[in-house]
Amino acid sequence: MSFNITISTGSNTPIYKQITDQVWLAFVTGKLAVGDQLPSVRTLAEDLVVNPNTVARAYADLMRDGLIESRAGRGVFITRKRKVFTREEGWRRLEPLIDAAIGEAMTMDFTHQELREAFEKKLGQWKHVKGGN
Amino acid sequence: MNEQPVIRTQGLTRYFGAKPAVYDLNLEVPRGCVFAFLGRNGSGKTTTIRMLLGLLEPTRGEGSILGHDIRSLPPEVRARIGYLTEDHQLYGWMSVRECGEFQSRFYPLWNEQIFRAVIGHFNLKPTARVKDLSRGERAGLCLGLTLAPEPELLVLDDPAIGLDPVAHRSLIESMIYLTRRSDRTIFFSSHQLADVERVADYVAVLDRSVLQVCCPLETFRNSVRQIRLRFSSAPPPVPKIPGLLQAFRAEGELRLTCMHYNDATEQALRALAPAQMEMVPISLEDAFISYLGERGEKSFILSETEAQP
Repeated sequence: MSFNITISTGSNTPIYKQITDQVWLAFVTGKLAVGDQLPSVRTLAEDLVVNPNTVARAYADLMRDGLIESRAGRGVFITRKRKVFTREEGWRRLEPLIDAAIGEAMTMDFTHQELREAFEKKLGQWKHVKGGN
Repeated sequence: MNEQPVIRTQGLTRYFGAKPAVYDLNLEVPRGCVFAFLGRNGSGKTTTIRMLLGLLEPTRGEGSILGHDIRSLPPEVRARIGYLTEDHQLYGWMSVRECGEFQSRFYPLWNEQIFRAVIGHFNLKPTARVKDLSRGERAGLCLGLTLAPEPELLVLDDPAIGLDPVAHRSLIESMIYLTRRSDRTIFFSSHQLADVERVADYVAVLDRSVLQVCCPLETFRNSVRQIRLRFSSAPPPVPKIPGLLQAFRAEGELRLTCMHYNDATEQALRALAPAQMEMVPISLEDAFISYLGERGEKSFILSETEAQP
């Protein structure tokens, strides 16, 4: 498992969110696969030198979102419970992210055409992840 | 984190002469949490801690620690509290080991393994003389002396002060280590917001002798929001919004930091008809500074008369 979490304090992103973001990123980029084990709450907390409750909070979010599961007595594993969000909820979460990206692009004077091409190119790079075709 | 709080105060007040150092403090520290006690210098943190430990008589108000009245703490209760002060009092002629032996006689529950683990963690030689220790090493020794009696409640008054980065990290690691026992409570005052972000569950903020915040860290973080409003022409005057902490006006932009952001706040802001409105993520440090810094529009903003052509 070539997967390593690092956190930084003083960030605009709370520590629990930094953890969940990195686990998701590791998963979608293939560094973590279904069945891989994550460190226990206590181990990760002592490794990152953060309050165990913060790690527990991050794991609870990942569990809620269906990326990890806790197997009694064995630990925490990457799983694949898809369809955790309804389409509607998914859009609700996705839309502000798209808006933010487009907003940034507009302030830097990118054209619509450039944006479309960039989006296509990115989608190409992510082909190996679910939904690619 | 159930049952009765480890620390509770009601209306706790202390005057020095005519000046209140702590005013009407209502504090609750749940068992098993890591509680950060924040505030600027002179805001009353050390005075509060000294009252909680029965070292300073309150002018009025009530307080209890581990369920006992702070005005009459029996020695058995004091023995269950570990207290690390800002100024470490040690005998310079003793060796590190002798300090441990000396201290252990006062505590029935002294755990020599913990003492050795902590001084080992700080790379201290047991034979080293106290007078030859660096500031960080002294802090490590004091931490060992404080942790070895396995206190139920650990009170740390600005423990990070003057520590180099390595000693500092060891301190934070020791605090995390202590949370292995879920019934142990840590109450610490600090200016190091990075530490607070790493270790604290709860946060209390004293502002000029008055308690302003006492809640889970995440609640505090969520309650302070920064909103950026963009306008196609000159931005309107800063609106009167409840909970406004700071306002910043730039060309075509209004940036507001406010607390207790809710639907009413959002409606008030939408009424200004901005071309774009977005919530900007804010760091704990920024939230804290906007909270304790100068309030309102005066911070960075030109007066309305100046802003008009």
